[in-house]
Amino acid sequence: MRATDFTIAGALTALEEGAISAEELTRAHVAGIEALNPRLNAYVTVTAEQAIEAAQASDARRAKGEAGPLDGIPLAIKDLFCTEGVRTTAASRILHNFVPPYESTVTTQLKRDGAVFLGKANLDEFAMGSSNLTSAYGAVQNPWNRRNDPDTVLVPGGSSGGSAAAVAARLALGATGTDTGGSIRQPAAFCGVAGIKPTYGRCSRFGIVAFASSLDQAGPFARTVEDCAVLLRSMSGFDPKDSTSAEVAVPDFRAACGRSVKGLRIGVPKEYRLDGLAPEITALWEQGLAWLRDAGAEIVEISLPHAQYALPTYYIVAPAEASSNLARYDGVRFGLREDGRDLKDLYEKTRAAGFGAEVKRRIMIGTYVLSAGYYDAYYLKAQKIRALIARDFTEAYQKVDAIVTPATPSAAFAEGENTDDPVTMYLNDIFTVTANLAGLPGLSVPAGLDAQGLPLGLQVLGRSFDEETVFAVGSAIERAAAFTARPRVMA
Amino acid sequence: MSYTIEGETGPWEIVVGLEVHAQVISEAKLFSGAATGFGAAPNTQVSFVDAGFPGMLPVINRECVAQAVRTGLGLNAQINLWSRFDRKNYFYADLPNGYQISQFAHPIIGTGVVEITLGDGSTKEIGVTRLHLEQDAGKSLHDQHPTKSFIDLNRAGVALMEIVSEPDMRSPEEAGAYLTKLRQILRYLGTCDGNMDEGSMRADVNVSVRKSGEGFRTRCEVKNVNSIRFVMQAVEAEARRQIEVWETGGEVTQETRLFDTGRGTTRSMRSKEDAHDYRYFPDPDLPPLVLDAAWVEGLRAALPELPDARRARYVAMGLTPYDAHVLTLEKETAAFFDVVARGRDAKIAANWVTGDFFAALNRLKRDITDPPVTAENLGALLDLLADNTLSGKLAKEVFEIMIETGKSPGAIVEEKGLKQVTDTGAIEAVIDGVLAANADKVAEYRSGKDKLFGFFVGQTMRAMQGKGNPALVNELLKKKLG
Repeated sequence: MRATDFTIAGALTALEEGAISAEELTRAHVAGIEALNPRLNAYVTVTAEQAIEAAQASDARRAKGEAGPLDGIPLAIKDLFCTEGVRTTAASRILHNFVPPYESTVTTQLKRDGAVFLGKANLDEFAMGSSNLTSAYGAVQNPWNRRNDPDTVLVPGGSSGGSAAAVAARLALGATGTDTGGSIRQPAAFCGVAGIKPTYGRCSRFGIVAFASSLDQAGPFARTVEDCAVLLRSMSGFDPKDSTSAEVAVPDFRAACGRSVKGLRIGVPKEYRLDGLAPEITALWEQGLAWLRDAGAEIVEISLPHAQYALPTYYIVAPAEASSNLARYDGVRFGLREDGRDLKDLYEKTRAAGFGAEVKRRIMIGTYVLSAGYYDAYYLKAQKIRALIARDFTEAYQKVDAIVTPATPSAAFAEGENTDDPVTMYLNDIFTVTANLAGLPGLSVPAGLDAQGLPLGLQVLGRSFDEETVFAVGSAIERAAAFTARPRVMA
Repeated sequence: MSYTIEGETGPWEIVVGLEVHAQVISEAKLFSGAATGFGAAPNTQVSFVDAGFPGMLPVINRECVAQAVRTGLGLNAQINLWSRFDRKNYFYADLPNGYQISQFAHPIIGTGVVEITLGDGSTKEIGVTRLHLEQDAGKSLHDQHPTKSFIDLNRAGVALMEIVSEPDMRSPEEAGAYLTKLRQILRYLGTCDGNMDEGSMRADVNVSVRKSGEGFRTRCEVKNVNSIRFVMQAVEAEARRQIEVWETGGEVTQETRLFDTGRGTTRSMRSKEDAHDYRYFPDPDLPPLVLDAAWVEGLRAALPELPDARRARYVAMGLTPYDAHVLTLEKETAAFFDVVARGRDAKIAANWVTGDFFAALNRLKRDITDPPVTAENLGALLDLLADNTLSGKLAKEVFEIMIETGKSPGAIVEEKGLKQVTDTGAIEAVIDGVLAANADKVAEYRSGKDKLFGFFVGQTMRAMQGKGNPALVNELLKKKLG
């Protein structure tokens, strides 16, 4: 077996048994990155030397019997997580030279548990996008291709496109991502890997470059649901440095993956049966529900009456917060500075040169919806609808234990197919944004292929801080789907 | 008779409201652990949170919240158990995040009241609209380099309380008295040091004028006035300017103005049209601030005695209202007085503190926080007076020696042998000597020259080097001459 083809659980066993060393595991990934990253562009920054040193240190720890729960596992870190001494760009020109003197809490915890960081994964600029096309450091290629059109390059989804592509192409055993409106679940689905956005507050946001503070949440990617559970446990926990992180115990997510779904009630929101939804997506959804029924779960139709307003609500709340969060990129203290005649000129030149078109668009939308005279009609209204959407879920969870939906309305698309009109692009988040607005956990699990041989994912949503049920249901789908397809490009 | 300014068209009333920014006394900033000391080298008290670095998040400082609640309690104000922080968005080089975290819609403290005392002894209640917590900005230094501006972020993120009054003041004096009283309350509470020259307290002054019986006319805001005297001057200058505008057929437009302390006039800073759209919205990094009612009650129970209560207590102890007022102006003075008066005659203690002691402070240009005589020693001096060890005259002498040497009055009396003689036998012996040596004068006295009595007192005291108890000397002389 190739060293890059391990699952995290499998690699931990092999490391423990001495079948492989952390250094071998890391060198295999570094070699894969050297070979494939020039093409896939999944990494913005590769930290090969530091990774090998970290792997050697991991081997030394294991030799002394001091190995942590993730010791020696090579990971890709979304370049939105600040990493001490390693350039952190948020895929923006405005942070092209930013080397944080501090480490995010999530990456601190991963390091604490022994993980090895291979480098910083590409993303949409400031996590704004669903295709990874808005990165200032170039698009990421999806390692999958259409069966009868292998030369057309497909997008990996976004915003955590580099993370998903790296895991799919065997350039990392797992990766961190962040999910503001679907930025973990949609690229996971596009790249045929698993990814979970946990409950808002489960992972600390400290040290993660902010996009929309009330929606942003970190989470892992991996090639199995169980591997996601292993990673999430290390990433989670209360952090006094983040006032929105939750003081709740972190359960053994991995154990939850083995739980039976027998007797669980699985909700199917009738409002998600959209007109014009691709028949393949509908079929996969039905298949997923059938698998769960076969495993002993009960399928219950539920209603999320305000879900239809989720996308417009999201595209008011997220840009509003972003317009304020991104004000700090002003050329005064760090990052890009374009000198100007005076302070205003410096601001304008710096931000004009530093931000890409999508970021500028969202800053303008956000500024507009918060402006005097528009605040009530947009921002305040959106907050009210957000509360109604959350209430829909609370009511639904009186009747069901989890909800299953498609992860995305389509498989991965090609650059240019979906990108002319921003609104079409925004529709990619249609199934995922509700979980962010309500702060609920959502998992994307690969469940099948479309007619072109591209992966499709199903989404499992759960109650607040009940990732365990989400993992149980996701694992059940994963077992039934027996997804073994592989991308065309992989190490 | 209410205060008015006489214009061409007759008398004008003025209407004043104040927004006071008071820096909270706390070790650390409102949302970061960085220190807050005044006068540190530039950019040495700045955390990554204060500097607005990517991924940094605010975490509220519990002590700053407690200070705001204490202040609210001291202003007899409503404490809001649920409040929220909002972002006030604008770009400036010394505002690292591009927004200030403040409380816009839901302040931590609601309406309260401050009672002011005016020069004629009358009192008036000034309403407090609200108090909210917010971050201070950094400082831009434009005079360090010919083409560059420098930024000092030491102050960025320091906790401020913005205390907004109702437009209840009607004269410069009332504005000054309100600010004085507010400062006094904050200093008693220990929530703000009130040092206006260090910028830890500054006022935005809202002024309008009107004819008697009218509603409010348009107001102007004079920004960042940094002394009580300047606030009073700014009120008057701005009122006179507005009166002139109205009386020459113009219209006062709402705007922000600056007070030129050199010229004693206000000038326009920006008009309403140029005002920022701050795009306030709830800060998503901070959950609502929810206070526990029992915690608030604990703070209330631990509040120090405030100026009004202290003044009332002093009056009840027998002090004149004036002395009580003077002694409570600064909490350090009141604390000094309390030590001097403890277990002693309060009126005599007040006379000494406001008399000889204040005179000494003035003469030596010393401050109450650095007194030339400790309160304990002054109290001990009063004890020596009370038990007749010292006469009033001797006590004043001892007091001067205490100032010079810093020694206790007991030690001075011991050393210099200044102890008053109350032994009647000893006094009588001296008197006998004086009378024997002045037999002629005794005869004159006895033949009716009463005025000579003073001569015998003087001679006796001189012979005793001033240490004879004056009452006893008088009494014994009368007996012997009688």
